[in-house]
Amino acid sequence: MFGIETLGGNLQAAVLIGLVLAEAVILYVGYGVLESALARRVTELIRGL
Amino acid sequence: MEFFGVAVELLAMFTGFGLLIGILFGFFGMGGSFLVTPALLVMGYETNVAVGSGLAFVFGTSVIATLKHRDLGQVDYKLGVLMIAGTTAGIEVGKIGLEYLQHIGLADSVVSVAYVGLLGAIGAFVTYNAVADRDGGLVGEEDVDGDEEMPAIAQKIQSYRLPPMISLRGGVTVSLWMILVVAFATGLLSGFLGVGGGFIRMPALFYLVGVPVPVAVGTDLFEIVFSGGIGSFLYAQSGAVDLSIVVPLLAGSALGARLGAGATSLVEEDDIKIYFGVMLLLGAIAVAVRQVGGYLEMPVLDTVSLVIILGAALLVSGAVVLSSVRELRRTGPESSSSAAD
Repeated sequence: MFGIETLGGNLQAAVLIGLVLAEAVILYVGYGVLESALARRVTELIRGL
Repeated sequence: MEFFGVAVELLAMFTGFGLLIGILFGFFGMGGSFLVTPALLVMGYETNVAVGSGLAFVFGTSVIATLKHRDLGQVDYKLGVLMIAGTTAGIEVGKIGLEYLQHIGLADSVVSVAYVGLLGAIGAFVTYNAVADRDGGLVGEEDVDGDEEMPAIAQKIQSYRLPPMISLRGGVTVSLWMILVVAFATGLLSGFLGVGGGFIRMPALFYLVGVPVPVAVGTDLFEIVFSGGIGSFLYAQSGAVDLSIVVPLLAGSALGARLGAGATSLVEEDDIKIYFGVMLLLGAIAVAVRQVGGYLEMPVLDTVSLVIILGAALLVSGAVVLSSVRELRRTGPESSSSAAD
């Protein structure tokens, strides 16, 4: 996946872990933006149910 | 239909599974490899791929959950670094013990019994304490900082004023040496049992060091970032980390971890402990069933074990979500909070 299979040993491992870390940070920021946009509305919706 | 050469159905399944695990991971600071690796094994993945991908997933999820706990002020970095130092030394000694058992041919049986016994004992202890606490408090416990209850063992450990003393989050002051002893002991068990150790460290931080449960969870997650990162790097060197598993799992768990971490601020501390204890007890039963299956050469018990684990995950994460929703509804429309979405 993502063509990193062509890299070898340590470099492949480092790139792979870097990709996982990058995905984690992107998801954290992305879901964070989503949360700040929707959290209050969803929370109030749950409270009002 | 495929996406990056992977079936969309498989990606959707991993994303949904990730959401479930993320809730538990964000809420308890444990449960990643405990759930993912057995599931991947039953799905037919090679053992090294199941373990390596499980570790890479745990690494990514712990990064996300730690960041979220940091935002809530629930990570004690000083304690985390000390725990990493003590745990690393303990793991090395635990591994020596394990190698000796392997040498005399007793590793499998001793580790299996110890693992099930420990998981079950911690589960029973945590559940008993939480239930007793909710029914009126345990003898020897008293209020600290208003509403925070500190276990008697933690009070005893804090009574040893061996310098240097370290101030921790939650108004706790403990001797550096006591922290290192607790970290070493948890590392020893972790290395001996060959597990990540979140289920040992989180209760140890609360019951022995005495930090509040949310800080114990946040600090445990901080430590898992390092152990998961190093572990997955080692497996990735031999190509045992499969991104088609890790990427969708992480996408689901990132959302789940946010929900789980937010829920720690909403759900009563005693409820957290009860859920944690039940989760461990069911985990102990699942591991015992798998071991019996291996002993009797009945592969069907592997599937039974997985069903118990997945059922427990579904049950406990569902209870976490329901408790949070109930708490939000109880506080009424005039209160405002963005901790849970």
